[in-house]
Parts: sequence; structure tokens; C-alpha cells
Amino acid sequence: MSMGAITRVSLAKDLRLEWRSKDAINSMVFFALLVVVIFSFSFDPTAEESRHIAGGIVWVAFLFAAVVALNQTWARELRNQVLDAYRVSPAPANSLFLSKALGNFIFVAVLEAVMTPLFMVFYNLRSIGPAYELAVVAVLATWALVVNGTFFAAMSIRTRSREVMLPLILFPISIPALLAMVSATTAILTGEGAFRFWMVLLAVYDVVFTTVCLLLFETVLHAE
Amino acid sequence: MSFSPSPANSSDGNLSPAAPVVALSHVSKIFGRFAALRDVSAEFGPGRLYAILGDNGAGKTTMLRAMVGLARPTRGTVTILGCEDLRAVTPEIGYMAHPTLLYEEMSGMENLRYFAALYGIANDQPCEQAMRGVGLDPGLSRRVGQYSQGMRQRLSLARALVHNPKILFLDEPFSNVDVVSAREMVRVLANMRDQGKTVFIVTHQASLLEGVADEFVGMAAGQIIARTRDLPLPQERPASAGRTSR
Repeated sequence: MSMGAITRVSLAKDLRLEWRSKDAINSMVFFALLVVVIFSFSFDPTAEESRHIAGGIVWVAFLFAAVVALNQTWARELRNQVLDAYRVSPAPANSLFLSKALGNFIFVAVLEAVMTPLFMVFYNLRSIGPAYELAVVAVLATWALVVNGTFFAAMSIRTRSREVMLPLILFPISIPALLAMVSATTAILTGEGAFRFWMVLLAVYDVVFTTVCLLLFETVLHAE
Repeated sequence: MSFSPSPANSSDGNLSPAAPVVALSHVSKIFGRFAALRDVSAEFGPGRLYAILGDNGAGKTTMLRAMVGLARPTRGTVTILGCEDLRAVTPEIGYMAHPTLLYEEMSGMENLRYFAALYGIANDQPCEQAMRGVGLDPGLSRRVGQYSQGMRQRLSLARALVHNPKILFLDEPFSNVDVVSAREMVRVLANMRDQGKTVFIVTHQASLLEGVADEFVGMAAGQIIARTRDLPLPQERPASAGRTSR
């Protein structure tokens, strides 16, 4: 079987497991919902103010919520030590990484699809710039969050306090991506600033970190 | 007194007539200050069933994990089918660990289909065959989380067999299994051996393998202390008990 076929099979398995347990999606949605409600009560912004702060709140909420999914995807592999069955098989390590990253991408995309309308209602948001550009930012930004997150979650699964370890490693390294996604979103919502520059930065970040993760994942998977 | 068999060093000196399928050469595995394996050297021939015995902490599981490539030796080398790169021989290895290595939210067949796919097997026939081989019904739609402990163990064995490996490494396959099911599993494993496969079984239930195992390998304090055809094993222990000063 090719790498693509094994990636597809592993992704289908992860989606099936999540469909049956709903561990990741439930906790992500609940967490993001809490953030939206708490921030809306704390700030009570006008429509104009909302356009300036919403980008930051939205992406920080998605980043924090994504950590829940990232921990869950690997926790599943630790139960009954299923990961060892993969490690002793001839399947390529990168198939596992790509399937996990794509699975997390889908979970976070579902979260974004559910939460974006709520954000718009709670923060009275209307985009001044071209709103369809937000979809491109969402794709690039979501991949930036999950590709590193999947990699560092795999690194931290064997540590004693992995739930704490993941944000400690992931958040600092996500700062450039977070800056780009917040700035691009704000630029589109307000119709001010050069959102294309931030999108290019996000795209470069995605390419660089995807490449690095693919190059290093086999070592991470087979580390003791 | 320390006992560390060299290659082909066995109690009767003639237990591995053919080229070894598994060879350990001066293998040590150290966790912090604890030596789980201490300079183990041994060769294991093809088409034989080996029962690895020893007290808790003797190094049985660590040796098995080193053999399948899950624990990298601190020193020494493991060779399987003449190959030191264990990643290259993974299609020939079947591994059953003490945990089940199964997804509890999926059914038995769904689990086997997934693990078979990792070995490039895309059809259901080998999965159904493996399930029937261990006495499970492939049509069972229940999720593994709802299986009894014995059924999980049998499914775990089916998972290790699904890609028809040449060498089987089984860690405590009979734990939590009733005697009748355990004897059935022993019969399946003896058949595997008769078909030319090499089988390694780590167990505390040595009596189940009496008259079936070709060789009993006794371990204590990270070393192989005896290799015999029959039970009981000689009660010989190394002088030191697993600690190392590195």
C-alpha cells in the first residue's frame, strides 16, 4: 500500500473513532463557546471596536480549543499502547503524521464552522474588506495551528505532564503564525492594512513547518 | 554466579541447528541506573516455540521489546533474519504485547482491517481467517470495549497473526484467559510452529506450554540463566540483582 493509501486508512480510522467518541469535538466546542461568551461579557464592544479585536479573540480561542483536540488524538493511540502496533508495522511514519494532522484540521475546521456565526452574533461583526478572503486565511491559519500542534503533541505524549507540556512548546513557536492570522483577519474585517502580506507569511510558515515536521516525525515516533 | 550464554551456548549445546532467525549479541538495556538487560547473547533457531520464563522484573518483556525493535539496546545488537535494521524486517514480525494494542471504539473486524492495511493487505479474507483462527466470529459487530478480557486477548493474537508473519513475539498471551481458551491458544500457536514459524512466548504460566514448547528460556536479573527442553528450570541466579553502576 502506498503512503497515500495508508494515510487515507489512518484518517478514516481517526474520523470513525472521533465520530463514535466525540471526545475532541465536544470539548473543543464547549471550550471555544466559553471563551466567546466570557469575552463578550468582559468587553461589550461596539461594532467598530469588535472589528479591531475580534481577530485576536477568535484565533486565541481556536488555538486554545485546538490544544484539546491535539492532546486527544494522541491520547487515543496511548490507550492500550496501540501506537506500538503502528511502530512495529512497515507503514511509513509520515502517513501517521499526515493522517493525524488532516484529522485535526477537519476537527478544528468543524469548530470554526460552528463558532464563526456565534462570534458574528456576539460581537456584532460585519466585514468591511472582502469576506471571502477570510476563508483563505482560515485554511492557512488552521493548518499552521494543527501541523505544529500535531507534531509537538506527538513529542509530548511520553512526558509525564503532557497536557501542560504541549501548550508550553506549541504557543511560543506559533507566535509568528498567530501574529499573521490575527493581523490578516483584522485587516480583512476593517478593510485596512495589507492582509496579503500576512497571508503570504502564513503560507510560508505552513510550508516550512510542514516540511520540518515531515522530516523529523519518524525520529519522534520511534523515540523511546 | 553469573551465567550469560554466548551464541549457540545452550544447555545441551545443540538447540539451534539451523541459521538463527533471532540473534542477540551482548545486548544491554539500561533505564537510568537500572539494567533491565545485562549483556545478553543468544541465538534462536527457526520453526521452534520458545517459552521465556522468569520472575517479574527479570527482563523478559524488555528482551522481547528489544527483539521487535521497540526498545533500542543501550549496548549490543539484535539481528532478525540476518538483518540488523529491524525496520526492514517488520513485515516478518508479529507482536502481541501485554496491553491489547486495539482500539476499543471499533469492532474486531474494523481493528483487523486497519492493522492489515498497515501491512498492505486490502481485502477482508486474511482478517476473517485470523479471527476464525483464534475462535472469534468475524461477524461480531460489538465494539472491542465490550469484549470480555479473554476475547480481547484472542483478538490481540489475531492482530499479530493477520499479516502471516514468520516470527511471532507474544508477551503474556494467556493472562486473564480461562484455562480452556488458553489451551486453545496454545494449540493455535503450536500449529503455527508446525507450519515453520518461530514463536516466542513470554509467560508466567509455563505449565501450559509443557510438552509444546521446544525450549524454555529462563531469565533472572536481566540475564538468560538457563535454556532447557523440559521444566523445571534450574534455579540459578546471577550474583547481582539488576543494578548497574555503568
